[in-house]
Amino acid sequence: MSPAPTAHVESVDFVMLYIVAISVILLIGITVTMIYFVFKFNRKKGHQPVDIHGNLLLEVVWIVIPTLLVLSMFYFGYTSYREYRIKPDNPLVVDVTARMWQFTFKYGNGKMTDTLYVPVNTAIDLEMKSMDVNHCLYIPAFRIKEDIIYGQTHHLYFTPKEVGDYDIACAEYCGLNHAKMYTKVKVINDDQFTKWYGGNWQPVKTEIPKE
Amino acid sequence: MANGTIAMTDLPVPKAEKSFFEQSTNKHSGILSWLLTTDHKRIGLMYMFGIISFFLVGAIIGLLMRLELLSPGGKIFSAQTYNSLFTLHGVIMIFLFIIPGIPAIFGNFFLPIQIGARDVAFPRLNLLSWYVYIVGAILALTSLFLPGGPIDTGWTFYIPYSVRSGSNVSLAIFAAFILGFSSILTGINFVTTTHRLRAPGMSFFKMPLFVWATYATAWIQIIATPVIAITILLVIIERAFGVGIFDPALGGDPVLYQHMFWIYSHPAVYIMILPAMGVVSEIIPTFARRTIFGYKQIAYSSLAIAFIGYLVWGHHMFSSGQSDTSNWIFSLLTFLVALPSGVKIFNWVATMYKGSIDPQPPFLWVMSFIVLFSIGGLTGLVLGALATDIHLTDTYFVVAHFHYVMFGGTGTIFIAAFHYWFPKMFGKMYNLKFAKIAVVTYFIGFNMLYFPKFIMGYLGMPRRYYDYLPMYTPYQRISTYGSWILVSTLFFIVGYFIHAYFRGKKATSNPWGGVTLEWHIPSPPPVENFKVIPVITHDPYDFSQLKEMKDE
Ligand code: HEM
Ligand SMILES: [Cu+2]
Ligand SMILES: [Cu+2]
Repeated sequence: MSPAPTAHVESVDFVMLYIVAISVILLIGITVTMIYFVFKFNRKKGHQPVDIHGNLLLEVVWIVIPTLLVLSMFYFGYTSYREYRIKPDNPLVVDVTARMWQFTFKYGNGKMTDTLYVPVNTAIDLEMKSMDVNHCLYIPAFRIKEDIIYGQTHHLYFTPKEVGDYDIACAEYCGLNHAKMYTKVKVINDDQFTKWYGGNWQPVKTEIPKE
Repeated sequence: MANGTIAMTDLPVPKAEKSFFEQSTNKHSGILSWLLTTDHKRIGLMYMFGIISFFLVGAIIGLLMRLELLSPGGKIFSAQTYNSLFTLHGVIMIFLFIIPGIPAIFGNFFLPIQIGARDVAFPRLNLLSWYVYIVGAILALTSLFLPGGPIDTGWTFYIPYSVRSGSNVSLAIFAAFILGFSSILTGINFVTTTHRLRAPGMSFFKMPLFVWATYATAWIQIIATPVIAITILLVIIERAFGVGIFDPALGGDPVLYQHMFWIYSHPAVYIMILPAMGVVSEIIPTFARRTIFGYKQIAYSSLAIAFIGYLVWGHHMFSSGQSDTSNWIFSLLTFLVALPSGVKIFNWVATMYKGSIDPQPPFLWVMSFIVLFSIGGLTGLVLGALATDIHLTDTYFVVAHFHYVMFGGTGTIFIAAFHYWFPKMFGKMYNLKFAKIAVVTYFIGFNMLYFPKFIMGYLGMPRRYYDYLPMYTPYQRISTYGSWILVSTLFFIVGYFIHAYFRGKKATSNPWGGVTLEWHIPSPPPVENFKVIPVITHDPYDFSQLKEMKDE
């Protein structure tokens, strides 16, 4: 596996792993218990069924433990989400225009492209608007997306820490060629970016915590 | 004596007693005796024909979509065709199959019988609601063939696209509007029937859990459906007269639309699942031959789900720029509303403990349900958590999740209910060996079809795409192969039921050893259900009656 392209990816994958691990345990527990009962209490064995109407202790246990589990899932999901929603200080702002069926990126110096170029280790703020219907800018490798509701301005923040090309897709159905709204975000070195940008873009370094 | 007087009146079933198939409730015979009937059982069967036909049509459309996705490149259909296909598939499956499904067929047929009534409270209203369903369905079909072409907005009809689309949006959503009324009328009928027509001795806590579930569902149908009706009317007004309600270009608010849509459509998820849960609570005790574990807990949790279910609609909108505060509140509530459903699963499994289990086909279908529905519910937790939802919403992960819940949950139980009640409804028994084979191929096909979608979703495959990046090809392949197994199984099932209807062995009045009231009367039941209204003395799942019933 290549290293996570943003810090947020690690935290989303942790939440995913946490919930899926608990889920797999529960699923196996339920399935195995059920199959075991079907064999153990099979009619062929001929024991008398026992009417058990309930068991207070058991019922309290199986409501309290799942409650605690889901609260912890909620908590991890929320904290990871919070940190992703915080607007970074001095980000590089890129204007994004979504239209049927294309994204356009516009930089501070007026440069326009249909592929998103960003410098590595710099906080990015995508300021997104739509020209027609709702779209949604989705970067699967970064585990983030935000709808672009027509008539509103939406923001998406991320700080790439690995150089590379990553897919951008549209994730809100927008008509005929919704499936073709793919483009890329190209994360490149400062030097390359300066050259591509054709001038000073005032890099603002954010501290990337070491893992 | 089982359940008071009933055993006595039921005792010597005279050969001459006519079933509801043979005796018309009006002066007509032949087709008019059906089209003008007020018998809840006949109406249930008329719904059955409509609903199963649409289910099969929807399934074939699903099959076609999967065919397109067999390999990348969009080779079979145009993008426009694919977009209409998934919209039609969604609309048919939701509005014509899964929402009416269990209540309209099995609720109509068995709710009155299970509470010891001769019919629903408003038999003519019941017939009307069937006609409203048919009119809605015809309108939906008409919209396919008028100029403009089939609707292509997705079943969620999101604004502004649904105002801009040139396809027949207005007529198609008007059809959904009409179908809503059918749902409301059925709801009113069931609530009234449950309150007014219970047999003497049948207190609320002596009602079978299927009645509880259908009753709770009926409330949601009455309370939530008007919201979608209003929303649809507003969209039609917006499209027809250019009044700015939802479209920002006219000064409207598209997020308002999303709120209104989900204020109905989230509770609608419970309209889909609660009746299925009710059926499960019938089948497990019958085949385990012991009482249900935690009767009251299950009954109350149906009501709890019905009412708390109104408060979580915002979890469909985590990525739509809703405030962070709304997001965390909706996320928290979503986790809490998941609990009663989870607890029901524990109750069902606990009901197998110390039972005397005879795993006949209906029970096997329920076992398959428990696994598939658990997967659906547990992956719902992944989507309830904010960080993961942002990544996975509007991807195949969601597509997999809701098929596991709606199809693996409700759809599986829809099939289970037929296996359970078919002998009662038609007086014939189907081939049990075929049914056991079908459970297995269904389970395999289902997981092949949908499990790869979880993985694709996590890898970033968005939904509603007619084409995809080559990296997804292996998963898409498996999924398409699964659809072949699954859909053939569906036709196999329909086939052996039709065969059973014409050629099957005669079924006895109680082939599984059930004790709720429908098993006390002949198969198929007579028009009046009960000659004398029974007096209820037993709890619903009291199998000590079984001995007395055998002597009946
Ligand atoms: C019988 C086999 C079925 C197959 C092969 C199938 C397949 C599919 C496929 C391929 C999609 C489109 C995914 C996408 O491109 O985003 C889809 C969407 C959908 N399916 Fe199914 N499905 C089946 C049964 C069902 C059932 C039983 C239900 C409901 C109870 C259902 C409800 C839906 C809904 C609501 C959508 C979303 C439509 C939309 O995006 O607007 N499907 N299905
Ligand atoms: Cu799009
Ligand atoms: Cu919902």
